[in-house]
Amino acid sequence: MSATGIGVSVKRKEDIRFITGKGHYVDDINRPGQAYAYFLRSPHAHATIDKIDASAALKAPGVVAILTGEDIAADKVGGLICGWMIHSKDGSPMKAGAHPALAQGKVRYVGDHVAVVIADTLAQARDAAEKITVEYGELPAAVDTATAANPGQPQIHDAAPNNTVFNWHVGDKASTDAAFAKAAHVTKLDLVNNRLIPNAIEPRAAVGEYDSGTDTITLYTTSQNPHVARLVLSAFIGLAPEHKLRVIAPDVGGGFGSKIFIYAEETVCAWAAKKIDRPVKWTAERTESFLSDAHGRDHVTHAELALDAQGKITGLRVHTIANLGAYLSTFASSVPTYLYGILLSGQYDIPVIYCEVDAVYTNTAPVDAYRGAGRPEATFVVERIVEKAARETGRDSAEFRRHNFVKTFPHQTPVILAYDVGDYSKALDKALELADYKGVAQRKAASAAKGMLRGVGFSAYIEACGLAPSAAVGSLGAGVGLWESAEVRVNPIGTVEILTGSHSHGQGHETTFAQLVSSRLGIPIDNISIVHGDTDKVQFGMGTYGSRSGAVGMAAISKALDKIETKAKKVAGHVLEASEQDIEFKDGKFSVKGTDKSIDFGSVALNAYTAHKFNGQELEPGLKETAFWDPTNFTFPAGVHICELEIDPQTGVVTIDRWTAVDDFGKLINPMIVEGQVHGGIAQGVGQALMEAAHYDGDGQLLTASYMDYCMPRADNLPSFKVDTVETPCPSNPLGIKGCGEAGAIASPPAVINAITDALGHEDVSMPATPQVVWRAAQKAVTKRAAE
Amino acid sequence: MVHVSMAVNGRPASADVDPRTLLVQFLRENLRLTGTHVGCDTSQCGACVVHVDGRAIKSCTILAASCDGAQVTTIEGLAANGKLHPMQQAFQDNHGLQCGFCTPGMIMAAVDLVNREGSNLDEAAIRHGLEGNICRCTGYHNIVRAVAQGAREMGAMSTAKAAE
Repeated sequence: MSATGIGVSVKRKEDIRFITGKGHYVDDINRPGQAYAYFLRSPHAHATIDKIDASAALKAPGVVAILTGEDIAADKVGGLICGWMIHSKDGSPMKAGAHPALAQGKVRYVGDHVAVVIADTLAQARDAAEKITVEYGELPAAVDTATAANPGQPQIHDAAPNNTVFNWHVGDKASTDAAFAKAAHVTKLDLVNNRLIPNAIEPRAAVGEYDSGTDTITLYTTSQNPHVARLVLSAFIGLAPEHKLRVIAPDVGGGFGSKIFIYAEETVCAWAAKKIDRPVKWTAERTESFLSDAHGRDHVTHAELALDAQGKITGLRVHTIANLGAYLSTFASSVPTYLYGILLSGQYDIPVIYCEVDAVYTNTAPVDAYRGAGRPEATFVVERIVEKAARETGRDSAEFRRHNFVKTFPHQTPVILAYDVGDYSKALDKALELADYKGVAQRKAASAAKGMLRGVGFSAYIEACGLAPSAAVGSLGAGVGLWESAEVRVNPIGTVEILTGSHSHGQGHETTFAQLVSSRLGIPIDNISIVHGDTDKVQFGMGTYGSRSGAVGMAAISKALDKIETKAKKVAGHVLEASEQDIEFKDGKFSVKGTDKSIDFGSVALNAYTAHKFNGQELEPGLKETAFWDPTNFTFPAGVHICELEIDPQTGVVTIDRWTAVDDFGKLINPMIVEGQVHGGIAQGVGQALMEAAHYDGDGQLLTASYMDYCMPRADNLPSFKVDTVETPCPSNPLGIKGCGEAGAIASPPAVINAITDALGHEDVSMPATPQVVWRAAQKAVTKRAAE
Repeated sequence: MVHVSMAVNGRPASADVDPRTLLVQFLRENLRLTGTHVGCDTSQCGACVVHVDGRAIKSCTILAASCDGAQVTTIEGLAANGKLHPMQQAFQDNHGLQCGFCTPGMIMAAVDLVNREGSNLDEAAIRHGLEGNICRCTGYHNIVRAVAQGAREMGAMSTAKAAE
């Protein structure tokens, strides 16, 4: 194995520009003559827009233009779309209200876009915005997820009576109810999956530029998927035909899902740049990010688990109300349905499952995918109720899970998914050992002696990612295919460019993708460039999210490399004067079987482009191949996380003492990068469990709109992690990769809450389990114990 | 307008600016040194950390005018003679960054931490010392390892220098 091949923890090539401050993030980009955009946002959660008077603002120094929803409508700019059609139980399509880029007639959440001021400097734009007077007709707001669909609530969209977007279900109700009717034990649990705000450290930004000479718009944007952005801006929003619209997502400072979606601000920058014939630049202030980045999670759930007398799970039924916010964001409808309900079997062999999801509009920011997108919500339900069932029936947490694990594969769940391969017991055993589970009782006693409460919590998670087989998701309502593309360009002297439809915003593709190519072609890793993020360079791609860049993006590269190898062998055959069938390719050399005649990859490349040694009509010159890879299945990473923590009952402060993660991601390309993904995911999951929550008050005001009020995990809130893997190679892509980007965030919240409830002896603690929440629960526990 | 004049990465830099101009804006917009980043509006994320007269400062929370006459070092000024600073190298060696956006501020804060507390930092001291820098990508595990290595290397360098 070479020092830079598959499976090696190669240091990242892209680091050089980041550690020296030479990255190119969107806010670093400045275009000659650019003007600056500032968005006037609604201070009300729900109101009619009765009048906008910009007359004084238009006279302010430096103002170039002030645009509103009326201008959007006059220019026939289409609305922002939701690209996944979900049908309700009764077969009716989901009820989607219009989502204009600048509000028309009504505002529906605090932060909703009312007008844009474009001026020579940002300060001038902000100063001018203060001179705009808007007359609002305030309306009562529907803010609470659990009650938004109740009769009598304020109606947010005419298209959606009772603020209901859809009533969806999966599984079989009749057989599930029958299983519950004869269950020996039923465990019930009410859960809230707390609303989160993604908070990538780079705020969203956009620079729109118009070239009147070529009638072309260029949009620089903080996107995880520039081609999808171009598709939506062209086909649905109608800003320009695709071939006249270039979208560039350069270095992007984190996404976690929040930068998948096509937002109002980038749409307006692209549109306005053409309208005023000057570049238009916008960068979010952090408070704007809080107000208008798509939020995550926000489920209210009632769940029930049926057991037989031997502790075997015989059924699961779940009812969830999912908050989608004030408008449907680009993938919003898929998150609480096909990324949630179909994961409810977890790692367990459950014969029958029935899940209903009611999706509601509220006067809050739109909600969409955030790291894990539906799978953290599912895992939280499953791992909390399984834990509760184990405790209610007096069974050990680990052994109860093991007793119910799926043990033979492939395994068809009752909720569409069929798991291909896995070894859940192996991961559990490894995790128990690494976590020194045997020592827990002793450590609990030692903590108690100091007046502290120690708890251990499990999370045995599975997720479905490597999104996704196109026909399958199409049949479930997706408006797009979820294949990936790769073009391998070999240059005449043997250096290689990979043009990938994936996008890297922290995942290290410039290194990992190059490792794959280096390993296959036997060329130095420094001779390989990975090109991504520009619709003028890469023809088309679906972008990076859903843990798909390895399983789908790299599979496409692998397929293109197969084609390169086939053609290169033909060229080598001509050069070596042998038949193509007699050419072998190994370690970067093409040789004739059974002889010592060989040439290296670089020579083959040069020959391909000089075309001196073969007939250019019989064999085309050049060495460049493209592949589109459409996955045949989802991939199923799975594993066990064990959280061990200590609670100070005097303060409610939770200290995580040790974290053990054993994950099955199939084959690993770069273990260092995989671990980094797990670390980051765990940190976000711990954030959700202990400190993060987006709070709206009853009037729809976002109370947590800055880092003063929204608590982000910092270095001293987390321990170092023990991360290991087991491997059951994925059978559905040539590299055996499952994907690892979201697993940490999916696994971790229930591990934390299970640990806290273990320490306290309580049935439930809400997320985030802040010191106040934990302190209150600890007092109750002390009182309860004193009474016993 | 107010005239500000300072040295940035060893070079004189001056301009007439709106008095409201923050140091980070002066660096990014007047000097086009875009390595220093803005990540929040409440002085908490630390993406904007630079050194002013040898101490870490959040450049989003100080006016350019307040830095008149100061020596400012940004991430672009850390490497010397084409050679990475040991803290920069440590971040690459330990995979202490993913998207890179918090990284300049994190590195500058880490160098300052070592300058103030010495090169023999344990995990708790590093985690506590980075409380003013938020990273959303790494979960901090590898940042801690990077800072520990960078600290050791900085210590070894200054020991070697002292011996000369």
